[in-house]
Order: sequence, then C-alpha cells, then structure tokens
Amino acid sequence: MEKKVTGKYKGLSLQVLPFSEVQDLTIAQRVKKILQLVLGNKIVILHGRLRPEEEARLIEDTMAMVDHVKGFKGIELAVIEPDLKNETFFVKLKHNIAKKLVGDNTALTVIGPATIVKEIKRDPKRLEVLLG
Amino acid sequence: MFKILKRVSTRIFGSLFRKRENIKIGFYGPPNAGKTSLANKICKDWTGEEIGSVSAVPHETRNVQIKEKVEIKYKGKVMTFKLVDTPGIATRVDYENFLRFGLKKKVAKKRAKEATQGIIEAIKWLDDVDAVIVVLDATENPYSQVNITIIGNLVARKIPVLVVGNKIDLKKADVKKIEGAFPDYEVVGVSAKEGTNMDEFYESLFRLARRV
Repeated sequence: MEKKVTGKYKGLSLQVLPFSEVQDLTIAQRVKKILQLVLGNKIVILHGRLRPEEEARLIEDTMAMVDHVKGFKGIELAVIEPDLKNETFFVKLKHNIAKKLVGDNTALTVIGPATIVKEIKRDPKRLEVLLG
Repeated sequence: MFKILKRVSTRIFGSLFRKRENIKIGFYGPPNAGKTSLANKICKDWTGEEIGSVSAVPHETRNVQIKEKVEIKYKGKVMTFKLVDTPGIATRVDYENFLRFGLKKKVAKKRAKEATQGIIEAIKWLDDVDAVIVVLDATENPYSQVNITIIGNLVARKIPVLVVGNKIDLKKADVKKIEGAFPDYEVVGVSAKEGTNMDEFYESLFRLARRV
C-alpha cells in the first residue's frame, strides 16, 4: 500500500519587497499587503522599515487574524538597521536627512509566519532566522 | 485684566495639579516579564491590595487591569497614580504552548483567543496613558522586536518611559544588557517577586512622573 506523505506546508518562499512598492500605500494597505504575503507562507523581506505606528498596527491586525484564520499563529518580526553609534556627526546627519526625504530604506525588515519561522534572533548587528 | 490673569493661572496651575494628582502609568512589555507582579508589589506596598493574579503560564493578564488612586509617599513627597496593567504584547499566540503547562485543549484555545484580544486592547491603551513603565525580563534577550516596537511607539507619542529589568533575583539576569539595548532610557533593575531594589524604583518612578 502506498503511503502518502503530506508536508505541513506546501512551500516556503522569500519575497523581497522594495520600499518603492509600499511607500505610497496607507498604513492599512501596507499592513494588508504584508499580511497577505505572510498568509501565503512567504517570508517577507522589506527593504526599509515600518514606522512605529505601522508596527503596532501590524501586531493588532495579526492578532485579529490569529483569532479568525484557522491555523494562523501569528508572525515573527525583526528589523536590522545600520549601527550609527560610532559614526561621525555628519554621517548621522546625512543618514537622518536621507531618512526624512526618501524614508528609512537603509534598514531591512523580516516578517515571517510563526508556523514557519520559529524565532528570529536579533542582536544589534545581525539577524538569525530559525525555521521551525 | 484681572479676570484673564486669574483664568490663565487657574488653567496652568489646575492642569499641573491634575497631572500630579492622578498620573496614568501604563505597564507594558512582553508576556511573562512580570508586569502584574510589579504592579502588585506597588499596590500592596501602598494600598494593601493586589491588582491581578500572576502565573507561570504566559498571558495570565488578558484584560487591562486598573487600580485607581494609588498614593505613593517617597522621601517626603506624595504622588497619586492610576496604574494601568496591560496584557503582554506578542506577535504570536499559539494555544499549543499552553498545553505544555498542563492546560486542557479547550481551556488553552480560550486562553489564546482572549490573549489575542488582550494584545489589541493593550495597544489601544497606548493612546491613553501619561507615562509608561516598560517591564522586561532581565534574564531574556532585550533585543526583541516587540520591545523595540513598544518603545518606538512610546517615543512617537512623546510618552515618557522608564525601563524596568525585572527578575534580578535570578542568576541569569543581566540588567547591563538591557541598558546596552536601550541606552537612551533610564533602566532600573528590580525583583518584583522579592521586592528587591524597590527604593531605587520609586525614585525612578517619581522622576518619570515629573516628566509628564
């Protein structure tokens, strides 16, 4: 008798999201776009970072989905940014001006479904994505 | 002229008086960091009553709990606080995690559902507090995105923050690591369970209240 082996997930893929693709969206649209990708079992790598209020909204909407989407357990989220602590005043100033003008696209945000991403270990300079 | 001056001074001094009288302090942080333990310790010290129950099972606090008019006297000064203890904020809630603590499936699922709603409620309350105590477990890695998101939101809303590294009674506790992760904030290490370093905490709390 043939035994059917079924995996828990159909597939896993990474989706790189350029900042330009989300910069003109409203908070709700941005969060919706990210969550749609995550619900499709994709690990999203966003070029740039969400604003604090967007991160809070992402958590709120994630929790609402955990409540309503069967099998969805939430997300793992982490941001890595360049360490400017030891940089000169002018480098920091340049970075801040660029941030104001074109948004924070020097950072990388990783968002993955909790069913696939067990943990994202973060220290100031690197991210380690552990798959479950 | 006199009436105008009187109105202005009443408004200024009135608002100062109001702020000092009932400062809304929110307790925020990840689950199981000891927010309720710390709020309980403060409430027990000054009112004799606790604010809520604590447990080793994560997400024990699933609703915002409030204690009104907690009058704290420290070094001859008196301040009255409204303590707002919030559910722990997390990006994932998995009922299966609760099964490990011996909870039955039905109970675990109910707890998970309530936990998700509690997280949403906690985030909504960010708009309604005067100052926040971010409670972190000093034995855990402080560089978690939830911690960064909470503090980022408080900064964006211009809400004064005090970071507390709890559980310093445990060997693994590392308050210096928290200080390194959040160098722009005052960090105080305590053990809410043992009542360790509460004097320094109250001093920091009064400094925090003065920034409101």
